[in-house]
Amino acid sequence: MKPQLMAMIPLVLFVALLAMVAAPLLRGTDPAKLESAMIGRAVPAFTAAGVLPNGAGLSRDDLLGHVSVVNFFASWCVPCQAEQPVLARLAAKTDAAVYGINYKDRPDAAAAWLEKHGNPFRAVAGDRDGRIAIEWGVYGVPETFVVDQQGIIRLRHVGPLTDADLENTILPLLEGIRK
Amino acid sequence: MIRFLLMLAVLVPLSLPALAVQPDEVLSDAGMEARARVISKQLRCLVCQGEDIDESAAGLARDLRLLVRERLTAGDTDQQVLDFIQTRYGDYVLMKPPVAPRTWILWLTPVLMVLGGFGVVWRQIKRSGDSKSTAGGDGI
Repeated sequence: MKPQLMAMIPLVLFVALLAMVAAPLLRGTDPAKLESAMIGRAVPAFTAAGVLPNGAGLSRDDLLGHVSVVNFFASWCVPCQAEQPVLARLAAKTDAAVYGINYKDRPDAAAAWLEKHGNPFRAVAGDRDGRIAIEWGVYGVPETFVVDQQGIIRLRHVGPLTDADLENTILPLLEGIRK
Repeated sequence: MIRFLLMLAVLVPLSLPALAVQPDEVLSDAGMEARARVISKQLRCLVCQGEDIDESAAGLARDLRLLVRERLTAGDTDQQVLDFIQTRYGDYVLMKPPVAPRTWILWLTPVLMVLGGFGVVWRQIKRSGDSKSTAGGDGI
């Protein structure tokens, strides 16, 4: 190889490295948000009692046969408050079932919180020791999953949902799954 | 002197690293507890990311430590425990990433860099040997 070309190698490598580092920044993806290992896999087996007085609980079998959105939340979670109106709009705009799983929370605190911030959930299940969350690969609240009719996890969203997330990601996916 | 010793007695314990593993988590079986500690050091805390779950005070890290101990008590091997958590949280949860086709680039890059370095050095030596009689080469 010509010496001039050899001299270009470090520059090319540097530009490649720069592109690798810059790409996620320019795309606006948060490196702290990790890919879920659960995408494309079946919902883990779980059974949880309802959190609200006389409210239904939730188990894996309840998620089969229809498209659903499962949201992990807690009354102590501040971003969850911001997300709650968005979940209400989601529940109004889709016929997919929206379920809540109450992560590491007291049932009375959760009930009061849902009273105050709105309850868009078809059922609210309690996960007091956080075990169900671990089964789903959740590492913080809020997290939201889209599950198809066969009980396969199709999407995982980390952090509070925004209206833009609804329009750009969640609703199109729900529409696509139903077909 | 006594004051100095007293000061030491107060300050030294304060300067020790805070232990994340709480007494109520520790298993009564010392051998199993030792295995749990080794496994915990191989699992990343996903909330704090730079720490393993053995040294992290985060709530999720505690839950995973308890889970590790529970699986061990239930009779899992060390590898089964790691697999259990890896299937739920992905490769990233392992402090040491697995060697697999998707991680070859990660594992092979250092080797290739070193080999490339040897190549450059070898060329330099060869060239300076060739050009000694002429102008004394000027590097790359």
